[in-house]
Amino acid sequence: MYSRVLNGFRANLFKISLLCAGHAIALLTPAGSRHNIPQASHRSSMAEDLTTRDFGTARAALRGGARESFGVPMLVLCGSYLGFGALVRESGLAIWHGLFSTLTSWALPGQVALVELYSVGAPLLVIASAVALTNARLLPMAMTLMPTIRGANVPRWVYYATAHVIAVTGWAAAMRVCPTLPSEQRLAYFAGFSGTLWISTLGATAIGFALADTVPAYVTLGLVFLNPIYFMLVFASDLRQRSRMLALVFGTVIGPPLYLWSPDWSLVVAGLAAGTLAYGISAAREARS
Amino acid sequence: MTGNLNGVMGEFWWPFAVILTGAAATYVWRALGIALSGRVGTDSRIFEWIACVAYALLAALIARMIIFPIGPLAETYLADRLGAAVGALAIYFLTRNNLLAGVSVGTAALVALTWSRTIF
Repeated sequence: MYSRVLNGFRANLFKISLLCAGHAIALLTPAGSRHNIPQASHRSSMAEDLTTRDFGTARAALRGGARESFGVPMLVLCGSYLGFGALVRESGLAIWHGLFSTLTSWALPGQVALVELYSVGAPLLVIASAVALTNARLLPMAMTLMPTIRGANVPRWVYYATAHVIAVTGWAAAMRVCPTLPSEQRLAYFAGFSGTLWISTLGATAIGFALADTVPAYVTLGLVFLNPIYFMLVFASDLRQRSRMLALVFGTVIGPPLYLWSPDWSLVVAGLAAGTLAYGISAAREARS
Repeated sequence: MTGNLNGVMGEFWWPFAVILTGAAATYVWRALGIALSGRVGTDSRIFEWIACVAYALLAALIARMIIFPIGPLAETYLADRLGAAVGALAIYFLTRNNLLAGVSVGTAALVALTWSRTIF
């Protein structure tokens, strides 16, 4: 029964995504723009300054982006990937699995979902659906980033290649900094910034994996706990829109009991049930007012 | 199906296939976003529903990671994990969405609470 529901949903999801993808912007981007990842003080003062910056060349902008990725965002992100590396080891997987995951996916919530679901023996279809649903936020993020980094005479495949490093931290920085740059330097800045974060998290994944067994158990605990706390805080700041806030609350409430009922299907069922309920309630409220 | 393929591919190679599937399910959103950028409007109820489902799923995932964790966290007390999570939220909001402060306090609180159990 659930597979039928899931299949129907996935078919719909695909069609809907194609038809209505743009509408996600209004719904999801406030979330992204409100991820107030703290910056070093000189960087935040820079963010307020809207005068045009100029690195001189695209190559220099690439280096500039790489340089500016070092800071608190990288610290929190790498800390979380240390936790991911540790989780990979605790789940009985090899370091190569962890590195391959960070290399090919680079979207932490989906990576964690995959490793956790895999370790409890969930079917591939469930894992793929959970990862796809977990990472749906990347669609509106990519759509809003594109106009911000677009330059003249750039082949389309370059954008599709760069798209791979779209993730919350680099996205937030690019949305802030790129409009202040000459258009031919924007893509380079984003690529330098996000690419550096990507490479760093590969190192963090490996180190986290190595640390998981060699450091005191308490440190491993803290590292592994970083993941859920990081996600929780990122989404806790996103309570402005009623339907999404309700979805978060309902998902939190029915997720754990459903897990007791079925470890495999609880996430998808909780997402569908709580999400539909939240959407229904806020839609009904809107209709009444 | 999983079991059979797992048997054929083995404990080492099968996870790579799973991870690659997950990577495809991740990249497709990014590519779709690029493909659709600048071409579509921004007003649909059905996508609001999808957003709700995605958010509820994430919330359920986070709740499960804290309440029914696997791996090393399974050894800690539920009360400690919940206490640390509440502490992280409190610090996060008190510091006006300072992610570093919230994350640090949350993880440090769990480590401290777990450690304190060994003393008393």
